[in-house]
Amino acid sequence: MLLFLLLALVAPFIAPYGADQQALADRLKAPSAAHWFGTDDLGRDVLSRVMIGSRISLRVGVLAVVLALLSGSLLGLVAGYLGGWTDSLFMRLMDVVLAFPPTLLAIGIVAMRGPSLDMALVAIGIVSIPVYARLARSQALSLKEREFVTAARCLGATAPRIVGAHVLPNALSPLIVQATLGIATAIIEAAALGFLGLGAQPPTPEWGLMLTNARAFIINAPWAMVFPGAAIMVTTLAFNLMGDGLRDALDPRARA
Amino acid sequence: MLAYTLRRFLALIPVLAGVSVIVFLFLHLIPGDPAEAMLGDRATAENAARLRTAYGLDQPWSVQYALYMGKVLQGDLGRSVRSSNPVSAELAQRFPATAELALAAMLLAIGIGVPAGIISATRRGSAFDHGSMVLALAGVSMPIFWLGLMLAWFFGVQLKWLPFSARLDTGTRYVPLTGLLVIDSIVRGDWGLLVQTVRHLALPAIALSTVPMAIIARMTRGAMLEVLQLDFVRTAHAKGLRDFSVIARHALKNAMLPVVTVIGLQVGALLSGAILTETIFSWPGIGRWIYESIQFRDYPVVQSMTLFVAAIVVVTNLLVDLSYAALDPRVRYR
Repeated sequence: MLLFLLLALVAPFIAPYGADQQALADRLKAPSAAHWFGTDDLGRDVLSRVMIGSRISLRVGVLAVVLALLSGSLLGLVAGYLGGWTDSLFMRLMDVVLAFPPTLLAIGIVAMRGPSLDMALVAIGIVSIPVYARLARSQALSLKEREFVTAARCLGATAPRIVGAHVLPNALSPLIVQATLGIATAIIEAAALGFLGLGAQPPTPEWGLMLTNARAFIINAPWAMVFPGAAIMVTTLAFNLMGDGLRDALDPRARA
Repeated sequence: MLAYTLRRFLALIPVLAGVSVIVFLFLHLIPGDPAEAMLGDRATAENAARLRTAYGLDQPWSVQYALYMGKVLQGDLGRSVRSSNPVSAELAQRFPATAELALAAMLLAIGIGVPAGIISATRRGSAFDHGSMVLALAGVSMPIFWLGLMLAWFFGVQLKWLPFSARLDTGTRYVPLTGLLVIDSIVRGDWGLLVQTVRHLALPAIALSTVPMAIIARMTRGAMLEVLQLDFVRTAHAKGLRDFSVIARHALKNAMLPVVTVIGLQVGALLSGAILTETIFSWPGIGRWIYESIQFRDYPVVQSMTLFVAAIVVVTNLLVDLSYAALDPRVRYR
């Protein structure tokens, strides 16, 4: 996974060609020494586009999860700590959002607001909020009964201070594990939106969008479709493996 | 059990009401004037005004919501802007294709995922366990639209074994009975049609089943591993029961609750996955319809289909809850 992060950072400097550099004479060329992953219908180098596309996918994956993690954790911690009607209201709202399959809700939001990569990012973030809210709430519910929280309360700490300084740090482990797995899901969802024409717009070298373009040339140039898809899968796999590993390390009970 | 069922039904109402509010607000997410956005190039002042009146967009939001819900509760999901047909009529025509695809994918996912999870758990640490769990991890990391394209390319284009477009060969005559081609061909004893149907169904169903299959296999393995450590399993072994009997009659029954939950959760994933799968395989169901409606800015269809799928998900969750009570009598008294 570190390799991916590194690749995303240095991609524009080490990519053999520019992401939008066209060479119509070289269109739909099979993989060769000059073009390791072949070229697409406009003669663009697939390897360069996959490399530079990694920045887009990682950015969307990470930012969507940060959005969901911050809002969901805040909602969940407040609901769990305060309890009562705040808890009921927040959690019923989360139940309603959870009634929608996440990809469908994200598609609906972007279809209505108008397709763009940023809108896709926001939509994926919004539909992921309930997962973090529920997790943070369940942590807050158990932590607020613990002695150190009672002690802080006795010392006169305010609710925001208790939640921020005492409950949140102790609730972080499962949230971080979920966030790592969430990045994997967000990358696939962003690519799915791109594939449906609802995410990044041409000529952005976004992996899902590259697959849509390559679909038309499935018979003549399968390489244009093989490599962007493999990139999505390998990146997602890396985040899933890291999430599983983190879960095993941080919560030995969950180890099966 | 009746009181429990009733309680669960009542709990459904606020969730469905919330879902309907979110879906209602969809049209108001459109930047600018929804009527003009829907009409696109055809937007004249006159057309836009007519559409605004037809959808009640000139009314206050509370009135609009009341009008909308009044129609929805009577089964009126509005009209498609593109075809002018009632959405409910087109839904009835297209839903069997999606239902058949989703059912086939679910059968594959359960039929392979559950046994794979059981064998992995009973042979923990074996080559089979490692192999199947690596495959399952690959499965949950797989973008199904890519898998669909790869399957179409490999089995359809390269090997030419299976068709990768539509439900039937071009020119095949078929008069719908239930709309589910497998059922219809069996009922009519039309074996040629059955073979053709299964051949067309194979690739999209495999693509759609991958992620649920992987999730079900992982969950079954986890649940079985937990149950296999419990005392009653040891007792069953100590009584001299055969391994098969211990697993099938004792362990599996107790491991089923989380597995049933995760199977229930896959219904939503299958229906949203159908948007991608049907688009790739030109499958004439509601998934492809949603995709086309997005392209044509046919917002009422997108809105209604989101509501429809969410309603299916909510009802499935209810059925899963009720099945808990059937599987484990302790649940009813909570």
